[in-house]
Amino acid sequence: MIRIAQLSCGSEYSGIQKEIERAAETVGAKIVYPEVSLEDILDVEKKFGVKVSSGDLNLAMARAVRIVENPDLADAVIVMTCFRCAEAAIIRSEIRKFIHGHSRIPVLSYSFTERTTAETLLTRMEALVTTVKYRGLLARERQKGLTAGIDSGSTTTKSVIMKDNEVIGTGWVPTTEVLKSAEDAFEAAVKMAGIQKEEIQAVGVTGYGRFLVGKHINARLIQEEITVNSKGAVFLSDAQRGPATVIDIGGMDNKAISVQDGIPGGFTMGGICAGASGRFLELTARRLGVDITQLGKLALKGDFRNVAMNSYCIVFGTQSLVNSLSMGCKPEDVAMAACHSVAEQVYEQQLQEVEVKEPVIMVGGTSLIEGLPRAMEELLHVKVLVPKNAQYIGAVGAALLVSGLLEG
Amino acid sequence: MSKVIVYPPTSMILSDLVERMGHKALVVPERVRELVTANDVQSPPLNVTPEEPKKGLRYAAVDVPSGVRGRMALIGPLIEEAEAAIIVEDPGWLTGCAGCSRTNELVRLLIRTKGIPVLDLSYPTDDAQAKLFVHKIKAFLGGLK
Repeated sequence: MIRIAQLSCGSEYSGIQKEIERAAETVGAKIVYPEVSLEDILDVEKKFGVKVSSGDLNLAMARAVRIVENPDLADAVIVMTCFRCAEAAIIRSEIRKFIHGHSRIPVLSYSFTERTTAETLLTRMEALVTTVKYRGLLARERQKGLTAGIDSGSTTTKSVIMKDNEVIGTGWVPTTEVLKSAEDAFEAAVKMAGIQKEEIQAVGVTGYGRFLVGKHINARLIQEEITVNSKGAVFLSDAQRGPATVIDIGGMDNKAISVQDGIPGGFTMGGICAGASGRFLELTARRLGVDITQLGKLALKGDFRNVAMNSYCIVFGTQSLVNSLSMGCKPEDVAMAACHSVAEQVYEQQLQEVEVKEPVIMVGGTSLIEGLPRAMEELLHVKVLVPKNAQYIGAVGAALLVSGLLEG
Repeated sequence: MSKVIVYPPTSMILSDLVERMGHKALVVPERVRELVTANDVQSPPLNVTPEEPKKGLRYAAVDVPSGVRGRMALIGPLIEEAEAAIIVEDPGWLTGCAGCSRTNELVRLLIRTKGIPVLDLSYPTDDAQAKLFVHKIKAFLGGLK
């Protein structure tokens, strides 16, 4: 049983403690609470460097100190505080940095509301548990044999066929009916690879529809997207050793993952507003009357500074879009402003929560909208890599990881 | 007999002093006891459910963190019920703590703006101050109906 230490403030009074424990139970883990003495809490400033007025935050910090001094107490850590609490946001980030700096225990941080459910937490918990449980499998650097990966995403379904460390077939369809879309993408990949389905030794599945699709096709591996995207990103970018940062701006949510030797260390998964997702770029393309595949090229010709846009909320973002066009702004400036706005949201809301270390790798379908990685480069002041087949990252990661099970 | 709310609202020492003087102390542990001993245990350990932060909207807006509103769902009704209050400044965690500084600020504000008699005290740091502390509380409580 994997032990996840919960360091938190407010979860029990928000009424979500049962949900946290249910999510942990679903992924085969249990929540533990490291014991500390009153002296540990009173002395927290000496060891942690800061003390705050909220007692429960000091308790969380004292528990972090205890875990670092006794790493056998927990296999992983989840740091959770109330959404919209400034004091807690500072301490949440400091606890994560403290544990990262003093141990190798994986940490997940999350800000919750009373509406947080076990389902919201499931993917994050699953990734945390996988990092602990399958370290050996995650260390795999080469794909072997003939394997397939399917990424059943919220907007698109992707599939790849891999043979001896090479991608030999790909398929990409919009997600409509989850099972049919998976079958269509899979068929397309098989056709392009020029093989028979029966020859495939194992299939790995990821994405929102992974449980349904995985069960339907009897997949050997059903895995959340944090783990497979990390593996896929470092594999395709040839950055399997050392640190890396993976950014995936999806159709429904965004992931920022701090990776070390191909294994996710810390990550955040956002999705509070569609204004910071691929959906907003789709909407922008539609409003500008261009195909989504052309939006990036158009954006590269524009300057975001010429348009006032903030897509923190997709409704306000759309208002900015309509206003700017009605004021005569150029479509290329509007396109770049939309890309900049999405990148800025991810930078402000998520990249503050992970260690951004080079190489920075952008993946997923949105990374092909050229204006988006360009905007991220301007914000981070580092070169952003977009590997070949970046849109198939989840499927590649699944095909790579499932090949590791062939030897078992 | 008056209903007296104490701050910190989890302080058993202050609660005991109030009860000894023949008044009703309004403290959070009693409310927590009601929840944890209820037959319908939905969310251990405190049995606070997502409904409590919604009830807390009576005291704080939706953009106030859910943990504050959840705590206020327990403490707010006690403030409404209170006829007098004792507030101890800088009490230290041994005296009692709601765990959240924002909740503490809101609780003090709501007590002070309610218009009931309030005794403000500093937390005693030596024996002489402690005796004076108890004496002041006794005099305040003695003056209540």
